Amino acid sequence: MAEKTITLVITRQDSPDTSPYEETFEVRYRENMNIISALMETQRNPYNAKGEKTTPVNWESNCLEEVCGACSMIINGTPRQACSTLVDKLEQPIRLEPMATFPVMRDLAVDRSRMFDSLKKVKAWIPIDGTHDLGPGPRMPEKKRQWAYELSKCMTCGVCLEACPNVNDNSDFIGPAALSQVRLFNAHPTGEMNAGERLEALMEDGGISGCGNSQNCVQVCPKGIPLTTSIAAMNRDTNLQSFKNFFGSDHAY
Amino acid sequence: MTENREFFYRRLHSLLGVVPIGIFLIQHLVVNHFAVYGEESFNKAAGFMHDLPFRILLETFIIFLPILFHAILGVYIVFVARNNTRRYGFFRNWMFYIQRITGIITLIFIVWHVWETRVAIGLGNAELDYSLMEGILSSTFMFWFYIVGVVSTTFHFANGLWSFLVSWGITVTPKSQKIATYATLFVFIAVTYIGVRSLIKFAYGI
Ligand code: SF4
Ligand code: FES
Repeated sequence: MAEKTITLVITRQDSPDTSPYEETFEVRYRENMNIISALMETQRNPYNAKGEKTTPVNWESNCLEEVCGACSMIINGTPRQACSTLVDKLEQPIRLEPMATFPVMRDLAVDRSRMFDSLKKVKAWIPIDGTHDLGPGPRMPEKKRQWAYELSKCMTCGVCLEACPNVNDNSDFIGPAALSQVRLFNAHPTGEMNAGERLEALMEDGGISGCGNSQNCVQVCPKGIPLTTSIAAMNRDTNLQSFKNFFGSDHAY
Repeated sequence: MTENREFFYRRLHSLLGVVPIGIFLIQHLVVNHFAVYGEESFNKAAGFMHDLPFRILLETFIIFLPILFHAILGVYIVFVARNNTRRYGFFRNWMFYIQRITGIITLIFIVWHVWETRVAIGLGNAELDYSLMEGILSSTFMFWFYIVGVVSTTFHFANGLWSFLVSWGITVTPKSQKIATYATLFVFIAVTYIGVRSLIKFAYGI
């Protein structure tokens, strides 16, 4: 019996400044394959469908359980994680492309620096470092902890930026993920002490006002994060912050 | 744009679309509706609006400048989006896209409409009365141009109202945003009816 194979049509690119091209691969099928294991076959056996020897396909992956976000790519038209996408559930041929929102480094590996820069910009952390032990922080209401936990699942995968019509090379919009992270860190009882700084970062150019409410982000987020709720909540908070800043308030920290 | 003015300009853009432009739109269409009760009734209402004290100031600050600002920033907003309804055909993504299309149509329509009515009257080339609109709308082409223009304007207003509620942080939960979708759909239907009804009267006398 002939061996069962699967067909991968991969958009490849040799370096950040060369142009992309398509290459087709036939790889041996095994049960319960995911996209990563299919790609690994191209490393083990770097021959394309025409039987020509080629370079192995390059991609990024790390956790292999949909928590690091590194393996995001466009699979049959949908941006998602290669590790949690099962070959058996896809139509053939399987088309793999790098996400278009980010600069391609090589083949399917993209550079997501802009997302990490955004997290720095909005100070998506809780400053507790000091010279001495400050003791335990304030407690958090259980109900709040529950929704904040959902926001903490973000893995900076970039799928929401990929789907957003306002994140592109014409605009410097920060994108949904960082907006939701501001909500997360401002919800934290210690993080809340620096809430104003994060809101002010969102009020800079390229901040929250770049959102045009297409709401694609909430539909595509693999972690089911309520991004549009976060965005609306941050709209409310940035507006209040701007009034406080202008008219004056003792609560504008 | 100067450093970090975007937030302020975008919020102002959103606000002006509702107050005063949205309010003016409703007022304008409601006053036009007097046409349905007859020529004389329309002329009386239009005359009342025309003879309002401080008319030039009111026109400048309530109508002309807000629309100019909304239009200029609006065109910029249209050009920064890269629409992707083909890949992501979700309802809200379509609304996002149509909001931008109707924005452009509405701008073209308003420029033409103002040229043909307010500017022509200002230059003394036309009289503000029922027969002015009757004359314009007697052409089938112009009638349909006005229908498209009015429906595009009312859509842009109603859907913009929905976005306004989100951008100002009024509707935060998915549930409130959904109810707002139905509410603004109702606004769209109601305001469109008021506008289109008067067009039909001007064009066909019924
Ligand atoms: S919010 Fe969701 S889609 Fe966006 S980066 Fe985080 S996990 Fe990915
Ligand atoms: S490898 Fe971490 S999400 Fe896929």
